[in-house]
Amino acid sequence: MSVDKDTVRRIAKLARIALDEGRVEPMAQELNGIMDWVAQLNEVDVEDVAPMTSAVDHALRMREDAVTQGGAADALMANAPGGEDHFFVVPKVVE
Amino acid sequence: MSDLTSLTLAEARDAVRAKKVSSVDLTKAFLGAVEAARPLNAFITETPERALEMAAASDARIAKGEGGLLEGLPIAVKDLFCTKGVRTTAGSNILSNFVPPYESTVSQNLWDAGAVMLGKTNMDEFAMGSSNETSFYGPVFNPWRSRGSNANLVPGGSSGGSAAAVSGSLCLAAMGTDTGGSIRQPAAVTGTVGLKPTYGRCSRYGIVAFASSLDQAGPMTRTVRDAAILLRSAASVDPRDSTSVDVPVPDYEAVLDDGVKGLRVGIPKEYRIEGASPEIDALWADGVEWLKKQGAEIVDVSLPHTRYALPTYYIVAPAEASSNLARYDGVRFGHRAQGAHDITELYEKSRAEGFGKEVQRRILIGTYVLSSGYYDAYYIRAQKLRSLIAQDFTRAYEKCDVLLTPATPGPAFAVGEKSADPVAMYLNDVFTVTVNLAGLPALAVPAGLTADGLPLGLQIIGKAFDEATVLRAGRAIEVAAGFDAKPQQWWRAA
Repeated sequence: MSVDKDTVRRIAKLARIALDEGRVEPMAQELNGIMDWVAQLNEVDVEDVAPMTSAVDHALRMREDAVTQGGAADALMANAPGGEDHFFVVPKVVE
Repeated sequence: MSDLTSLTLAEARDAVRAKKVSSVDLTKAFLGAVEAARPLNAFITETPERALEMAAASDARIAKGEGGLLEGLPIAVKDLFCTKGVRTTAGSNILSNFVPPYESTVSQNLWDAGAVMLGKTNMDEFAMGSSNETSFYGPVFNPWRSRGSNANLVPGGSSGGSAAAVSGSLCLAAMGTDTGGSIRQPAAVTGTVGLKPTYGRCSRYGIVAFASSLDQAGPMTRTVRDAAILLRSAASVDPRDSTSVDVPVPDYEAVLDDGVKGLRVGIPKEYRIEGASPEIDALWADGVEWLKKQGAEIVDVSLPHTRYALPTYYIVAPAEASSNLARYDGVRFGHRAQGAHDITELYEKSRAEGFGKEVQRRILIGTYVLSSGYYDAYYIRAQKLRSLIAQDFTRAYEKCDVLLTPATPGPAFAVGEKSADPVAMYLNDVFTVTVNLAGLPALAVPAGLTADGLPLGLQIIGKAFDEATVLRAGRAIEVAAGFDAKPQQWWRAA
């Protein structure tokens, strides 16, 4: 078992997904099934291989460092589940 | 014209241009088909009012002698493309109330060309799935059923709604997206044509992101010609997507019938896998014969790292997804959980309530492979494998111009049949996923029926930005296969 219950709890915390205690064990088993299957990648010698960084071979375009969009506060707030004026409203973050 | 919904996109285009049929009449015919096909659950949101407005505007332009390449043609778009003022869910509860204040570049290109929007099609949640069963809005049913059976089959995924809508003649064509096979696999199992363009051919701006280095939009149609037509209008270089590439978009349709004489077609031996249906192997052999008869040169090639593509994908794609989906926090848009006492609880509860099981699973895998101590062992190793997989193609293309492979390991399967075992579900993409990792274009073409009467497809894989040759080879398969079977419209009696 490479992924144990503590690991599941830790990564769920990192991913900010609340996981009921009852789902921790089944999730550990599911993740182990998947991680055992991907372990076949260890068969391949990748010692001198460069990791891929771009799906197609082309240089990124440069553009002038200037503001191209802006003044869209109303549109940005339109879907906010909690919003007042141009502020996102969240539970208290500082004591 | 008795049944407008049986027209291809090309036929409808010619009829509308020649003023033999109005866009409004065409649109009404498809809106009727969409309504009658609600048992298929192919659409998450239907937009009949907008469709009729757009159709009327098209008719007005045509009357003035104006009009774009897709003027007046009703199509559907996957609910992953942001559409201004029309709810866009990505198949997820977390976006169930999201109404984008902007339009995706691809959909904007299509509306600018005159296309008419019938609605937003159902899909696996955040495009994560191969059966459309992970949608928060319920599964989509394949218009096809096995001969003599009433059992519902999946339409493939993740663009399952788009595939079902095209296959069931609910629209002239649809747009899908393909991250590991999400256009080609559903196209193959619904008897339709699906094209994943080269990475960078279409802008990703305004497409809800899954795995940004793999995602690409593409057409889903009833014929190869229709795919050529739709891609021409959808593709563009876009200042708002820095990975879109400034390579001219040719008139793909113009060279479609140039034939395959002298074309070198590679047959990768690694695509003969255990567990694939014998009917798939037989169809593949037919495909080889068809192309050979039309003058293509058949070349045996090897893509030695093929078997590592799926496990590589299931590290890279979840890693990118875990990062992309971090934006769904219940604060700026999307679902927000009630009753959270602090900000962390707000995030954790909103995401637990908003994301479905498969999405949570993939976010957790992605978080795991990117976490401290595992990053090199998993993520960097996978990116190195990705280089090797791409090199396989580069070497093969020294000997050939396109590759011919099966599109899927089997035909459509039953609803519920594979949903309990994630790895069994992932294997649906075994023939399609390599292409996304290498950024290449590939086309699924319907090529035959199983003994049970279900469609099967072949796949043509091309060189980067050589969609024209891919389409030309696909057209040759289409002509030779003479695939003209249509599903029984059982849903009309339902």
